[in-house]
Amino acid sequence: MTRPEWTRSLSRQNIVATLFAGYVPMLLALLIIALPLVWMIVASFKPVAEIVTVDPGFWPKSPTLDNYTAVADRVPLARVFLNSVIVTFVGAAIKVFLAITTAYALVFIDIPFRNAIFLGILVALMVPPEAAMLPNFLSISAIGGRDTLWGIILPGLGTAFGTFMLRQQFKTLPAELLEAAELDGAGHWRRLWRIVAPVSTPTIATVALVIIVNEWNNFLWPLVIIDSPEKMTLPVGLNLLRSIETQTGSYGVLMAGAVIVIAPVLIIFAALQRYIVAGLTQGAVK
Amino acid sequence: MSTVDRVAAPVPVTVAAVPSAELARARRIKRSRNYFLFILFAGPNIALILAYIYYPLLANMYFSTLDWRLGARTASFIGLDNYAEFFSSRDGLEVWRVTIIFTVATVAGSMMLGLLMALVLNRRLPGRTAARTALFSPYVLSGVGVGLVWTFIFDPRIGILSHFIAMFGGTSPEWFLDKNLALVMVIAVYIWKNLGYCAVIYLAGLQSIPQDLMEAAAIDGAGPIRRFFNVTLPLLSPTVFFLSIAMVLSSMQAFDILRIMTPTGNGTNTIVFEIYLQSFGTYQRAGYAAAISVVLFVTLFAITAIQMRYVERKVHYA
Repeated sequence: MTRPEWTRSLSRQNIVATLFAGYVPMLLALLIIALPLVWMIVASFKPVAEIVTVDPGFWPKSPTLDNYTAVADRVPLARVFLNSVIVTFVGAAIKVFLAITTAYALVFIDIPFRNAIFLGILVALMVPPEAAMLPNFLSISAIGGRDTLWGIILPGLGTAFGTFMLRQQFKTLPAELLEAAELDGAGHWRRLWRIVAPVSTPTIATVALVIIVNEWNNFLWPLVIIDSPEKMTLPVGLNLLRSIETQTGSYGVLMAGAVIVIAPVLIIFAALQRYIVAGLTQGAVK
Repeated sequence: MSTVDRVAAPVPVTVAAVPSAELARARRIKRSRNYFLFILFAGPNIALILAYIYYPLLANMYFSTLDWRLGARTASFIGLDNYAEFFSSRDGLEVWRVTIIFTVATVAGSMMLGLLMALVLNRRLPGRTAARTALFSPYVLSGVGVGLVWTFIFDPRIGILSHFIAMFGGTSPEWFLDKNLALVMVIAVYIWKNLGYCAVIYLAGLQSIPQDLMEAAAIDGAGPIRRFFNVTLPLLSPTVFFLSIAMVLSSMQAFDILRIMTPTGNGTNTIVFEIYLQSFGTYQRAGYAAAISVVLFVTLFAITAIQMRYVERKVHYA
């Protein structure tokens, strides 16, 4: 009982407890999360013979890029990838810009009823996009947006989420920060881009990353509004691939497709997880 | 214009006529300039929200009263028949059954496994930050990609799961053909995707529990299991509440994985999937799909309203 602290923490009992209550369940959880993704990557490099087998090895015995070229064969892969990049970044850039200016107006431009307007935006946050899908399909078709990239982007541009997050951030800024600029004769536009936006960079980055990830993964709306393969984004293209590749041997091709849509987000997430986790868990931790 | 204008202007007039008139004019100019600036800054976003979020809500309410196929030129008014069908027909009730089972199982599964993970990660072990990140990652991945990966894993012939089952001398069940098994399968995949999110939210809650409370309970002789049920869990209840609402909302909007793993819906027609299949699938029943959309909106709105009310009360008493 009177042994010093360090011998106790190295005691067999403590080591066993740390292992079995700490690392073993942690490793188990990591395996469950990681194995499907590792399996996806490994299988995407396997030839058909190693996919359709009763005795699959873990590593590909004769690794091949055939699955990736097969994806490019079935769908115009370069075009589809580019479409995804365009839709994601153009959509996200406009969305973030609109969120910044709207949040600024809601906090710093004094007009009556602006809180009512904010409430209206808050309610929009609660409308599930799936519930708006059918009327949006009709209105976008009516103005010629069917089967176009701008038709994918346009209805998603009004952003309640970004506006909400940035308004909360702008409200925390001290009034003195802007009074000085106002005395210097800086108008709202300059105050926004010279002062408010720069000091809010972390929040803007968070909002931007969450929007980028959501746009990249977006599936239902592009699926509805796009018909021709040349206009598809990656998730829609993969849906097409899935409906073409129906034989059991084609899983390698489907895994290659999955790698192409998953890997970019996984890389961005690994590098910037702090911001993404913060943005996605916002609201829970007050 | 506004009442502020009418009230504010007359006051200085009684003091001194000339400068006050100028002051009022200056104020009016400033106000109309503010209106102009506000519209310039917030107008486009507000217009987009009105056109693509609010207008569809109203349009759906109108469409929902029609017997109308997508693309057809004619439609007939049928009142609330679409709603009646959704709440009483066999197919409509089946959607409710599937949605409720799917939502309850996904939410309960992700929340319980997420809590277990959070308790493991709450110990001060080296490497737990990296583990937390890895655990969270499926939540941000494309549902389409994830759906493809798990379609391969569950394949009864060559999927890795069938090899595991064969290792123990069994044969893989027909996950994709049996309606009930298909539902079990997509629930498992959604739990896999969500549990890291739950774990991270729980961790934040766990870390806000004061350490001396746990120590006091330990000194009083409470074992780890009693400490968990009598101290941790009650203090975690706001987190549990938040998570259950957030998870119910996201589960009721599930679509990507369902569509990829069971393309035409096989015992997996939850409410959003049904909206898609009814309006853009083979049926093209736009009026009926609009009615389901309205029901979806009202349901989710009610759930969010409950949450907001609760959060407000918590803030009041805090």
